[in-house]
Amino acid sequence: MKARDIPALLYVIAAVIFIFLPVVVLVQFSFQDGLAPVPPFKGFSLRWYDKMFADRKLMEALGNSVLVGGLSSVAATALGFLAAFKLARRPGRAAPQMRFLLMAPITVSYIIIALGLLIVFNGLGIGKSLFAVGLGHVVINLPLCFAVIYSQMGEHQANVERAALDLGASEFKALIYVTVPMLWPALLAAFFIAFTLSWDEFVIAQLLSKFDVTLPVVIFSLLRTGLNPVTNAVGTFVFAVSIGLVVLVELLLARRRRDG
Amino acid sequence: MMAANKNWLSVNRWGAAPALLFTAACFVAPLIAMALVSVSERIGGHTVLTWTLDNYRGFVSRSDGTFVSALVNSIEVTVTVTILSVFAAYPLAYILAYRVPKRWQRVALVAIVLPFWTSYVIRSYSWLLVLSENGIISQTLLNLGITDDPIGLGNTRGATVLGFVHFFVMLLTLTIYANLSQIKDSYRKAAADLGANGFQTFLHVTLPLSLPGVAVGAFLTFVLAVGDYITPQILGGGKELLLPQAIMLQIGRAADFPMASALSMILMLVVTAAYLLFARYLRMERV
Repeated sequence: MKARDIPALLYVIAAVIFIFLPVVVLVQFSFQDGLAPVPPFKGFSLRWYDKMFADRKLMEALGNSVLVGGLSSVAATALGFLAAFKLARRPGRAAPQMRFLLMAPITVSYIIIALGLLIVFNGLGIGKSLFAVGLGHVVINLPLCFAVIYSQMGEHQANVERAALDLGASEFKALIYVTVPMLWPALLAAFFIAFTLSWDEFVIAQLLSKFDVTLPVVIFSLLRTGLNPVTNAVGTFVFAVSIGLVVLVELLLARRRRDG
Repeated sequence: MMAANKNWLSVNRWGAAPALLFTAACFVAPLIAMALVSVSERIGGHTVLTWTLDNYRGFVSRSDGTFVSALVNSIEVTVTVTILSVFAAYPLAYILAYRVPKRWQRVALVAIVLPFWTSYVIRSYSWLLVLSENGIISQTLLNLGITDDPIGLGNTRGATVLGFVHFFVMLLTLTIYANLSQIKDSYRKAAADLGANGFQTFLHVTLPLSLPGVAVGAFLTFVLAVGDYITPQILGGGKELLLPQAIMLQIGRAADFPMASALSMILMLVVTAAYLLFARYLRMERV
């Protein structure tokens, strides 16, 4: 190693410590064999995970999170795919305006999106529910799904689609049997990105739900009890799921890059 | 293709319609509704559109000054966070792009920003663990004899800033790295061939070429930080409010939708102003 690399190395080490410190503390003290998730570390125990999985409220919230995340991500991916297909294959004159409108929600704070939906639902007499939360999550995820899928649509796929149409496939059949299989890594990546964001999202879930709540809402209410190893366990679990999904997306898109 | 185009259900023709309709119904319409509610007043439990500017006047004139100071706090915190994050992230992105072997860069990048994917709630809670009176920092300082009493660093503006910087260092490392890795090696080689030393090459070639990436990242940081409720709520505590906390209070405890809407409009105005500022800066860079 050259002498000039040493400051760089030190900087990276400092940055990595800063970035990983809270996560390491979170994970380590979720295994704390004691009542407080703070030093000293008293030994390894899984009791807080047992407690977490035995907690009915947490498990219900977990189910709700998976349900809302799954359905809203399927919806966002489907809407994003159809729009990306149209705008990539037959842009038309209004395409820039359409792309602008589809991407616009990305610039607006979640709290404003939630408040707007709350006002509309109140006006229409629709109560707070998981469905409302799901709609909110489609709003925030549609731009991302659209962007991910749109960026992966290329001319080589269009040629294969044209071949299918020339061979007598209907447009619908070409879409299902040709386009979707060619694009599946991008579609799955879009789905998992959307799921990860929905899985973690708090403000919309908090404002648009009432009795059935998602995991981040329950975690937030847990914080009122102060530092608590169960919160560490839930946090570690939520983080592990997110990381699993991110690694999956990374592998899917890496495969795409190799194939492409 | 011709046959497909005659089909009235053609995805080629109507594919964007569902997404556009959805965005219009669930994004544009709620924003318009919010704008209208911000010029409404509450009369007997109902929100009535009276085209009043009272909510905006209330923002300025409210006797205890809560709202104006929430706006000022928000801008102070967000600007601090943006500047600190840019200066912390740039060296990291630079080292990743130029000192790490090409084939390891992507893996290194994904590994370094892994905590990016913890949720806001969990990330803020984790910092609370680190900063609390019996947390790891306080305990370490005690053991080293640097302080005699445990120190609680939570519930301060500093904690909010720290929590934000932690997140945005990762985001900015991603955007700045993406920009740096697209600058052609030949530019830096040419500068070296022409006699520039490492620092001159950085100052006159790499830095100017990377500024657009910095500007995009800084803008994202500003927009996301100024609109975030969780980090200041969990780490900053209730001592001083930021704008999103003030909005949440109006929605929740006060159930005052007109005021909450007016505050939201002001938040959007701040974001728009930031956009115009950054857009001008970018254009000037190009000249």
